[in-house]
Amino acid sequence: MSSNTMTLYLQVWRQKNSNEAGAFSNYEVANVSPDMSFLEMLDMLNEDLARQGLDPIQYDHDCREGICGACGVVINGEPHGPGKQTTTCELHMRNFKNGDAIVIEPWRVKAFAVLKDLAVDRSAYDKIIQAGGFIKVNYGNAPEANSLPVGKDVADLAMDMAACIGCGACAAACKNASAMLFAAAKISHLALLPQGQVERKKRAANMIKAMDELGFGNCTNQGLCEDACPKGININAIARLNREYLDSILTCNF
Amino acid sequence: MSKIKQLDSNSPTGPIETAWDRHRFGLKLVNPANRRKLKVIVVGTGLAGGGSAGALAEMGYNVEAFTILDTPRRSHSIAAQGGVNAAKNYPNDNDSIWRLFYDTVKGGDFRSNEYSTYRLAQCANNIIDQATAQGVPFSREYGGTLSNRSFGGVQVSRTFYARGQTGQQLLLGVYQSLMKEVNRGKVKLHTRKEMLDLVMIDGKARGIITRDLVTGKLERHYGDAVILATGGFCKTYYLSTNAMASNGASQMRCYEKGAYMANPCFTQIHPTSLPVMGPFMSKQTLMSEALRNDGRIWVPKAKGDHRPPNDIPEDERDYFLERRYPSFGNLTPRDITSRAIKQAVDSGHGVGPTKVAVYLDFKDAIKRDGLTTIKEKYGNLFDMYTHIVDESPYKVPMRIYPTAHFTMGGLWVDYNLMSSIPGLFVGGEASYEYHGANRLGANSLMSATTDGCFVLPTTVSNYLGENFKTLAKIDDKHDEFEKAEKSVKDRITRLLNIKGSKTPNQFHKELGKVMFDYVGIERTEEKLKHAIEEITKIKQLYHKDLLLSGDDAMNIELERALRVEDSINLGLLMARDALERKESCGAHYRMDFVDDEGEAQRDDENFCHVAAWEYQGQSEVPLRHIEQLKFNNIALTKRSYK
Ligand SMILES: Cc1cc2nc3c(=O)[nH]c(=O)nc-3n(C[C@H](O)[C@H](O)[C@H](O)COP(=O)(O)OP(=O)(O)OC[C@H]3O[C@@H](n4cnc5c(N)ncnc54)[C@H](O)[C@@H]3O)c2cc1C
Ligand code: FES
Repeated sequence: MSSNTMTLYLQVWRQKNSNEAGAFSNYEVANVSPDMSFLEMLDMLNEDLARQGLDPIQYDHDCREGICGACGVVINGEPHGPGKQTTTCELHMRNFKNGDAIVIEPWRVKAFAVLKDLAVDRSAYDKIIQAGGFIKVNYGNAPEANSLPVGKDVADLAMDMAACIGCGACAAACKNASAMLFAAAKISHLALLPQGQVERKKRAANMIKAMDELGFGNCTNQGLCEDACPKGININAIARLNREYLDSILTCNF
Repeated sequence: MSKIKQLDSNSPTGPIETAWDRHRFGLKLVNPANRRKLKVIVVGTGLAGGGSAGALAEMGYNVEAFTILDTPRRSHSIAAQGGVNAAKNYPNDNDSIWRLFYDTVKGGDFRSNEYSTYRLAQCANNIIDQATAQGVPFSREYGGTLSNRSFGGVQVSRTFYARGQTGQQLLLGVYQSLMKEVNRGKVKLHTRKEMLDLVMIDGKARGIITRDLVTGKLERHYGDAVILATGGFCKTYYLSTNAMASNGASQMRCYEKGAYMANPCFTQIHPTSLPVMGPFMSKQTLMSEALRNDGRIWVPKAKGDHRPPNDIPEDERDYFLERRYPSFGNLTPRDITSRAIKQAVDSGHGVGPTKVAVYLDFKDAIKRDGLTTIKEKYGNLFDMYTHIVDESPYKVPMRIYPTAHFTMGGLWVDYNLMSSIPGLFVGGEASYEYHGANRLGANSLMSATTDGCFVLPTTVSNYLGENFKTLAKIDDKHDEFEKAEKSVKDRITRLLNIKGSKTPNQFHKELGKVMFDYVGIERTEEKLKHAIEEITKIKQLYHKDLLLSGDDAMNIELERALRVEDSINLGLLMARDALERKESCGAHYRMDFVDDEGEAQRDDENFCHVAAWEYQGQSEVPLRHIEQLKFNNIALTKRSYK
């Protein structure tokens, strides 16, 4: 725990709603403790704004421990800011120095409209899942869990893929605003498991179709998504997605 | 005649093992053609809400599901790390449904209903089967079968887990099934919409008023039944392990419409969270209970010892849990551990810069098992700790302190999970059911999922079947919708126009401090009376001095202000409930009700009941009704961990 506080110079994207144009506003924030999280620093700024009678800065957040995927802003050009495998809420101010200038922007992705300031509409990710990111099994009497053995290595790999928190950093990092890593993680998770085999081909085709229709760009294998992913989802997932997709268009007759 | 009621939980009678089956057989069904004509409103999309919305849609009902968040997948169930219990007995260590039932009742210190708790233990096996079928990647053994571990101080290994992200994976399973139903057109999903009132018509729950958190627009939604699955309310303490949206506002909206609030004073304070780092702190991250399997908790023997931990020799350390509870050592239940930690700090033995923490030390475990093993087991958690505290637990002991974690209390429901308002059902952490005065680790994912996926679909159908012919055809033009919407609108205008000097967050912090200090780990009559006075003052000041910036469209401050207003009222009710429960049980530890050794003294003669509070008006004292608890299957015994 450190007692040296800092003064920071923030440039924050302010936008009233999705119809109006936005612009940067400058704020000086004093008394920032290195032990604060990035969101706690924004909380403090909002309290100051309130006292000055100014509109608070809108941003998404909930768990504040890196698991819900709600938070996420671009900090000095990097989704979720500096630091590997860290969400915005996990980023602590000790990563900055007294006097630093920090530019804070929302995700810039065509398929994610800015709702206000730093909050964007990520419902397009839900729509990708709605297109097929599930196993069609109803609630009721599912078969006994141990009747279907799954190798530990397969289960572990599926878990790596399932760890995605749907924050949107991958699309925000991508020059083409592609949702490929997000879709690939879900397609891989389900394709790896025996439970996911029945609709495997249809799933990949439908999810990719939805992704295109929602306005996400194509993948050109730059790998920026992997670097930005707070959960360390490996870009190999995209290779798997491509295989799944090819297989589905070549062999699936639906 | 006294206005105090003896509540009937409508529990079945007779042999407990067959009770749910017998009860279910007696419930009404709705034929598939009629299901299409009915609509259920589900508020909350965590395990309980998302599960029930998906399951009811699969059955053919029309469902509208609501969440504050921008997608159901972020609901706070996502944060559960440790695991989910089920008595599959895969490890062959003599586990059984009966033992899970027994542990849950005993762990809850005999303040839950035997019949519903038995049903919970019974349904748990189903969760594992269902989740596996949905593709939840549970951890597995090399042979391909599911792994189990021991968790939360029980002596069998019945906890299923998906690495350190069990809640996330279970929720994603439920979320994906929900998305399947959205795709089929059976569920209409409303994200970023906050329920701000319950609408009742002819004495039945028929709809809700929501605020669109993007446009600020108030909306009316009607249906034939309402399910509330809005999670717990630890944010009443301001600091907690919970997410920012884990507030009790929705429960308070229903409470003020006549739903009874049960046992609101039963709050679990989790012993191992990160300590408070400064006044700016907005949440205390949980460090999983699993760490206590290998970490040893200690403080320096000398008061005010300022030496760095590694400079304090072995014989000058007090491993106080091992000393006080030799048979359980560092694995005592959460409530007992939290209390012991607080006592160590209060007696001047606290450590770290603030002196409000104790050490959780892995030195011996690393020496015994090697760094690699400890890294494998706890690497994620250690990294998380390092992120926040900037110290490595591999080298320096962790600093931990208790914080609010789970609310056992919640809206009162009967065996069918229906509240005291007909047509209003409550599931998951939002209700009081199952966990009595203390919840065991890995038992809540179990209860939220059971409610959502297995119980609510059955019991809500029964209600719809019983009322199919009599439920009036309504729409959102009804007078009651008009009135409810107006009252929400007036409330928002009132808050925006106070134009005082203190932000919602400042009020919230003040409330939290009173709650933790006076309605927290150790309670007394005097403390609780003081809390009621202090919270009443906060409440009065809130209406005079609130400073709310921004307007009534998308506004993070307005969202907070509305929730904080309800949290203040809820805090008051929690303190009142704690004051009236003149016994110590589970997490409710009254220092004025202890035995000769200072251990909790339960009073089964006078308090073997659920307290269910009925609202009487903003400045009136609420009524305290009672549901008597009977223990015919498990003998009432003293919980001892000595
Ligand atoms: C850090 C942490 C770790 C935990 N670990 C474990 C564990 O290992 N094992 C275990 O069994 N339990 C654990 N628990 C407890 C368990 O996770 C929760 O009790 C359980 O998941 C609650 O599920 P739920 O469906 O009732 O509510 P939640 O998942 O909290 O969902 C609540 C939903 O209601 C919505 N909502 C709230 N208010 C409104 C409103 N007014 N209008 C509209 N929507 C609203 C929210 O947006 C959300 O969608 C843990 C809890 C925490 C905090
Ligand atoms: S707030 Fe949940 S991941 Fe950051």
